[in-house]
Amino acid sequence: MNNFWIILVHTYMNKLKSKSFIVTTFLTIVIVLGLTNFQNIIEIFDKNGGKENVAVLDETGKLYEPFKQQLKTINKDINLTSYKGTEKEAEKAVENGEFAGLLELRFNKEELPEAGYKAMSIADSALYTDLQTSLQQVKTMLAASKINLAPDQLQKLYEPVSFEKTALEKNAKTEEELNQARGLVYVLLFIIYFAVIMYANMIAMEVATEKSSRVMEILISSVSPIKQMFAKILGIGLLSLTQLAVFLIVGYFSLKSNMESLKDGFFGVYGFGDIPGATIVYAVIFFILGYFLYATLAAFLGSLVSRIEDVQQMITPMTLLVVGGFMIAMFGLGKPDAAFITITSYIPFFTPMIMFLRVGMLTIPAWEAVLGIAILVVTIAVLAIFGARVYRGGVLMYGKSNSFKDIKKALQLTKNE
Amino acid sequence: MVLKLERVTKRFGEFTAVSDLSLTIPEKEMFGFLGANGAGKTTTFRMILGLLDASSGKITWDDKPLDYSTSHLVGYLPEERGLYPKLKVRDQIVYLARLRGMPKGEALRELRRWLEKFKIPEYENKRVEELSKGNQQKIQFIAAVIHKPRLLILDEPFSGLDPVNVEQLKEAVLGLKENGTTIVFSSHQMHHVEEMCEHLCILQKGSPVVHGSLKEIKRAYGKKNLIIHADFSLESLKEFPGVVKTKLTMEGLELQIEGEQVAEGILKEIAGKGLLRKFALEEPSLNDIFIEKVGNAYE
Repeated sequence: MNNFWIILVHTYMNKLKSKSFIVTTFLTIVIVLGLTNFQNIIEIFDKNGGKENVAVLDETGKLYEPFKQQLKTINKDINLTSYKGTEKEAEKAVENGEFAGLLELRFNKEELPEAGYKAMSIADSALYTDLQTSLQQVKTMLAASKINLAPDQLQKLYEPVSFEKTALEKNAKTEEELNQARGLVYVLLFIIYFAVIMYANMIAMEVATEKSSRVMEILISSVSPIKQMFAKILGIGLLSLTQLAVFLIVGYFSLKSNMESLKDGFFGVYGFGDIPGATIVYAVIFFILGYFLYATLAAFLGSLVSRIEDVQQMITPMTLLVVGGFMIAMFGLGKPDAAFITITSYIPFFTPMIMFLRVGMLTIPAWEAVLGIAILVVTIAVLAIFGARVYRGGVLMYGKSNSFKDIKKALQLTKNE
Repeated sequence: MVLKLERVTKRFGEFTAVSDLSLTIPEKEMFGFLGANGAGKTTTFRMILGLLDASSGKITWDDKPLDYSTSHLVGYLPEERGLYPKLKVRDQIVYLARLRGMPKGEALRELRRWLEKFKIPEYENKRVEELSKGNQQKIQFIAAVIHKPRLLILDEPFSGLDPVNVEQLKEAVLGLKENGTTIVFSSHQMHHVEEMCEHLCILQKGSPVVHGSLKEIKRAYGKKNLIIHADFSLESLKEFPGVVKTKLTMEGLELQIEGEQVAEGILKEIAGKGLLRKFALEEPSLNDIFIEKVGNAYE
């Protein structure tokens, strides 16, 4: 077997078997399962199966029925009970936990409804907001009938105005599509962000560990540093794909089996029902390119330090670049067609996230995406050539090295004047 | 299979680490590299291994430059010992051996043979960080020689070892030499070089100050050591013509003299003065030569 493959497989297997990798993978699977089962988990902790009992003291005797009708259309999970007894007794019942709250309905001077609400705490705003909204509607109806408005007149009054949004650009995404894209892009951006930071860190650590344990000198006397660097980058790249594949498979199946319960929540708004294939393909392309860009950078930065403690300090500027790109992308989610976003999408270190954002959210001409990819490929090539030279000298350098002047020193080592 | 360095120079910016070094190391030879710290030994080794390119000059092995295509023929024990602390001895030796082109099964067999030889077979499945420093060094040595290199470069192989381990390692190195391996090694400890090498080179700030076979070097040095133990005072000898240096010892005097004939004169001078317990003429030690050649530069 070729040396390149020996190193690649060694790096891959070693990391795969390491405790930290297994623990992170396991924890992330738990989080993925937790997120996809969110609705189920909430329900488990909800004692009454999500249903609330509310006692109603109707002083007028006329409001209870229409109020109940209205509430039904808003929230079916609230059970109303017309309470026959004194206010004191009702309060007792709330204190005993029989009811979540007590609603007192009465008329004011103008014969319009008003209410008082008593509960152990008024923290559950969702509950009393629903009650309030229902009563508001009852009041509107009563008031309308008082000024002799017919129900159909009333309906006209409340009919929502028609407001149609049309994008004139051809193939522009509809509102619904945009919302869908936003959710998907958001999740994928997050994955790219985390993965790039995590695996670039892993590479820098790996290189620094070999250097600080001085095993590097034996390694580079057997295999050229450049071969070594790329075998390592590819090995860890494969590792990242393995890990992501595990997460995606777990996430996909868990999501599929929970689709029903999730439709109402977050996923309902940002529908994942039909994921556009092109977006996924772009996500994979930009993930892989982004990984190579930052992995190459991390590998040669890692080769410059001699102690593991210095790694973090050395790669901080790189991490800031990733964080910066992510922040811009987050801003861009709300305003993907801003000029600022367009410009930053061509800056190599931001391209993986921001060009992907644009591709996912907007309908941009294909050449723009291809240009972004080309810029990335060229940058990676330049970084790889430059990085390999720094790496070659860097691995031989020991001492208090944690400044960027060392890049120059490392380059000098490989020169043959 | 001759290792040849021809007018090799290495500069790092303004600093010249190795200057105009020419050496020829024949096959199956044990060659010693001596030099103070920073004399350029490690840089020379790195150039031989192809880790650094020479600024000028040429290094060849069997008339071909050494590079990664020949790395399976070369073994290297770096000065700074280094192994993966978290990996098991077996995994790491097999990994390093495979990188030098040895198949896995053969590497395992060789590893077991070496562990038996060093009487530490129980370490096969231990992590390196669990081993003592001396034992780590043995593992490091195994890593350097497991793939049966034809050219072995040992940078300070004996530093930091106890005398028992030094003997074990020396035996192993001599065994490799018997089998036809060309060995280049550096040391601060003169007696190791004196004991083991036929040829040597003393580096001083990147340039060779002494170079040749051990016998020739000693002969060329000319000066001899004379040790006299006597019951009477030897003070007067300090001024004797041909005496270079004197050192008073518990039992008498140690002199450095310019040649054998000076010893004869001294013997005549002190004959009859009293009881002469010891009068011995000795070859200069490598230590003396080293200190004179390298030490002078410090003054």
